Amino acid sequence: MKPFAYEAPTSVDQAVTLLAEKGERARPLAGGTDILVQVRRGFHNLDLLVDVKRIPELVRIDYDAEEGLTLGAAVSCAVLCEHPTLQAHYPGLLDAVSIIGGAAIQGRATLGGNLCNAAPSGDAIAAMIALGGEALVAGPEGRRLVPIASFCTAPGVTALRPGDLVVALRFAPPKPHSGAAYVRFVPRGEMDIAVAGAGAWVALSPGGTTFTDARIALSAVAPTPLYVERAAEALAGQAPGEDAYARAAEAAQEAAKPIDDMRGTAAQRQHLVGVLVKRALRAAVARAGANHAGTGMEA
Amino acid sequence: MVEIKQNLIVVGSRPARVDAVDKVIGRASYATDVRLPGMLVGRVLRSPYAHARILSIDTGRAEKLPGVYGVVTAADLPPLEGDDAVGEKAFRDRELASDKVLYVGHPIAAVAARTPEIAQEALDLIRVEYDVLTPVVDVLAAMKADAPILHHDMRTRSLAGTGEKPTNVAAHFEQVKGDPGQGFAEADVIVDREFRNPMVHQCYLEPHSSTAVWSDNGGLTLYVTTQGTFSVRSHVVRLLRLSMSQVKVVPMEVGGAFGGKNSSYVDGVAAMLARKARRPVKVTMSRPETFMATGPNSGSVLRVKMGATRDGHLTAAEATLIYEAGAYPGSPVGSGSHVMFAPYQIPNGRLEGYDVVVNKPVVSSYRAPGATQACFVAEQVINELAGTLGFDPIEFRLLNSVKEGSETVDGTVHRHIGAIEVLQAAKASPHYTTPLEGPNRGRGVGHAFWGNWGACSSVTMTVNSDGTVSMVMGSVDITGTRTSIAMQAAETLGLPLDRVKCTMGDTDSIGYSDTSGGSRTTVATGHAAVKAAHDVIDKMRERAAQIWEVDVQAVVFDAGIFHVPDDLDKTLSFQALAELLPRTGNVVIGVGNVDVADWGSCFGTHIADVEVDPETGKVTLLRYTVVQDVGKAIHPMQVEGQLQGGATQGIGWALYEGYEFDAAGQMLNPTLLDYKIPTALDVPDIETILVEVPYPHHPFGARGVGENPIMPPPAAIAEAIYQAVGARVCDLPITPARILETLGII
Repeated sequence: MKPFAYEAPTSVDQAVTLLAEKGERARPLAGGTDILVQVRRGFHNLDLLVDVKRIPELVRIDYDAEEGLTLGAAVSCAVLCEHPTLQAHYPGLLDAVSIIGGAAIQGRATLGGNLCNAAPSGDAIAAMIALGGEALVAGPEGRRLVPIASFCTAPGVTALRPGDLVVALRFAPPKPHSGAAYVRFVPRGEMDIAVAGAGAWVALSPGGTTFTDARIALSAVAPTPLYVERAAEALAGQAPGEDAYARAAEAAQEAAKPIDDMRGTAAQRQHLVGVLVKRALRAAVARAGANHAGTGMEA
Repeated sequence: MVEIKQNLIVVGSRPARVDAVDKVIGRASYATDVRLPGMLVGRVLRSPYAHARILSIDTGRAEKLPGVYGVVTAADLPPLEGDDAVGEKAFRDRELASDKVLYVGHPIAAVAARTPEIAQEALDLIRVEYDVLTPVVDVLAAMKADAPILHHDMRTRSLAGTGEKPTNVAAHFEQVKGDPGQGFAEADVIVDREFRNPMVHQCYLEPHSSTAVWSDNGGLTLYVTTQGTFSVRSHVVRLLRLSMSQVKVVPMEVGGAFGGKNSSYVDGVAAMLARKARRPVKVTMSRPETFMATGPNSGSVLRVKMGATRDGHLTAAEATLIYEAGAYPGSPVGSGSHVMFAPYQIPNGRLEGYDVVVNKPVVSSYRAPGATQACFVAEQVINELAGTLGFDPIEFRLLNSVKEGSETVDGTVHRHIGAIEVLQAAKASPHYTTPLEGPNRGRGVGHAFWGNWGACSSVTMTVNSDGTVSMVMGSVDITGTRTSIAMQAAETLGLPLDRVKCTMGDTDSIGYSDTSGGSRTTVATGHAAVKAAHDVIDKMRERAAQIWEVDVQAVVFDAGIFHVPDDLDKTLSFQALAELLPRTGNVVIGVGNVDVADWGSCFGTHIADVEVDPETGKVTLLRYTVVQDVGKAIHPMQVEGQLQGGATQGIGWALYEGYEFDAAGQMLNPTLLDYKIPTALDVPDIETILVEVPYPHHPFGARGVGENPIMPPPAAIAEAIYQAVGARVCDLPITPARILETLGII
């Protein structure tokens, strides 16, 4: 590992200025669970790491029943998992957040880092896509919102430009009769990288008799976490149940482009997509069923 | 045989390990904790190719880099000479390749520098020109007549003699008992299957590390992580042509070894760098280096055929074992073939083995070397025969089990064994007598034989004038040895354990001791400790006789008291006599120095319950029990720990572990992210049942216990998976994908 400079600014503007100055030779440092390993292995040739954990905006959690949820990009997974609002309103997100690494990693790893690492297997990315999340990005030319579904463009590559910093992740308030879930397959108990994963978000009619909306996202079966565009039309108007789940699973399997690697075979992943989409939908529908009143504010 | 001691006080108790607290709180010193004044960092340049000729090595630019204090290559070794130039060249080429690299990671050069960053930069400046050759990655392809040859001077060794043509088959053997053809003709059921397993690594958490420092008088001191300090000394003495007294090897605490630290990987390079740099040098391997350039267990291809009659008697067994040796010969195919059918009475049999070189890491010992895959295949076939014939798997084994005096297929005669006792204890265990209920669940059994080595151990024991005892042993403590050896000494001396302290000696301070491996240490070093204790007792009896002015024969030692029977005035406790030693000729030093020739035997039976997710193929272990004949548990908690640890590694073999190589021989998963070992979430609380059939060649009846428990898990788990969902998987590891493939789901 070659020497590099370390800065810890306390405002977004300072961080963006520092990052913009060094361009490709600078990276933000949040939990460091990916970037430090990559620097040590020589994957990046960096002059500067910008520690963003001292920027108040990046370590805040704001929830408002009208505006929804804004998660600072550098909040650790451990803090997210223990947050009562997230536990109450975004259990589908916590499904993914809670399985990123063991206790030590949980204390460091962040959602912003998970997103910017842009691993095809990024569990939280698929969960955030299913929730319809957006990334709030600050850059030299100001701030913009980037849908998480289009944030990752290739393995390890994102829509960020030099000088850009992910400030926060934003999610709409939960609709009544909606629910989300994320499930993945790993060969071990946990502490592992997904062989395949599926996130689902569903909204049901007031009686729970039909799907009114849905989103499905997959991990580790394409070069990026994958938003399954056709899943919503496969489910819309259908009654929740195994027939509808099978239809959505089929749409997801068509969208998936898995490969053979040391973590699994393409055939295994193709099969797992079907199994996991159905399991994610069952869990999401169960949560939607328990969520008749939503948060009680917007119905 | 020795008389086995009864009415024990210390032996069989469960005191805290002497090293436990230091290790738990981080106070223990490991090899990487060594810091010497002026110490440099050593790094090794390794081959990026699996098979290539080295055309040239240019270290000029690296040597000129500021902060670099020395660069070494094979050219820095003493010149080759003597009768065994071929063997010697191979030995040295393993340390630093001279003309050919034979696996990705093969060491070529090393640098000593002020910082790791400079050392890395220097490695990048070394220019090596290669002529890249076709690699041999598959063991069956390596055996073909037109395969690229790794060693052009290699000829197949076999009982028939030495082959004529260059080959990758280093050795071939065949053993026949009775008439296998006739035996199979008598069988009502025959099972014939082929199995494969990949290379697996010991995955000790502490990588290899060695710090070398030379004194001006030519003395070399090495601080190492090893199972055998004297093995390191022999290695360095041979490599650098030194005398034994020139080299002192100091054992540090060991962060896991499991057979992988019997071999020396960075000690020679550290010594070479330190000599050239004229400063202390530490070389520590990374995890990828540890995977790619140390010794895993052989990958192998095995074919097994067994036959039995309708009434459940085995009539014949055949096996062909093809083991990868890695880049140089020496796979443990012999021990695999020795143990695989050894638990059973089989009248007719044939064992055939091949030791084959391939362009992969050079295999080394790993807990019961070569035996786990052999046990996996034999026991899978035993389970299938039992199931086909409608027998309970333990009943089937009891029916065919070896007994006192039984001869195995390879001609070994079993003596003083507890095979039947272990099987009966497994059958009566709380686990086996509890029915397993629920869908997609299954239970399997595996059974194994493994021996324990004896060999050389040395112990010295000084009686201090306050009555405490300071012991030094030549064995490295990898399993709580200091505690279990001190317990055997304390028991013999009639002292409480806290009066006896045992430390690891360096090679200058204690006599030769073989490596802590082969399940030998508690047994053989225990022998040495008991012998040293008797030497102490005899010398103290002499001293008491001198004080009391009686004949030494009149002095009796019993339960920690020296006395002359029927003379109440002539009684001294161990401590009271110890206090008199300084004024009667100085303290007493006892010596125990043994070469234990006997090989002990050990049998173990494992029971596994699993649940399989039929949609994903994921396996969850529900319950696991190890039943093993341990002879006499010196420290039952440490014995249970060995059984649980061995089983856990066997579970890793069964479900998760394996090297993956691409066609160029590059390892694809050299990290603990992608080389998967079981985590605490994957292993249930392993139940243990210690069966104690005393082993008559040990003073307390102990057997070596550490290796056997790695062997049965793959077979037990494979059978449990078959019982759960009907998938009989013949390749390790039994991954979810393989289960789904076997079931025809993917």
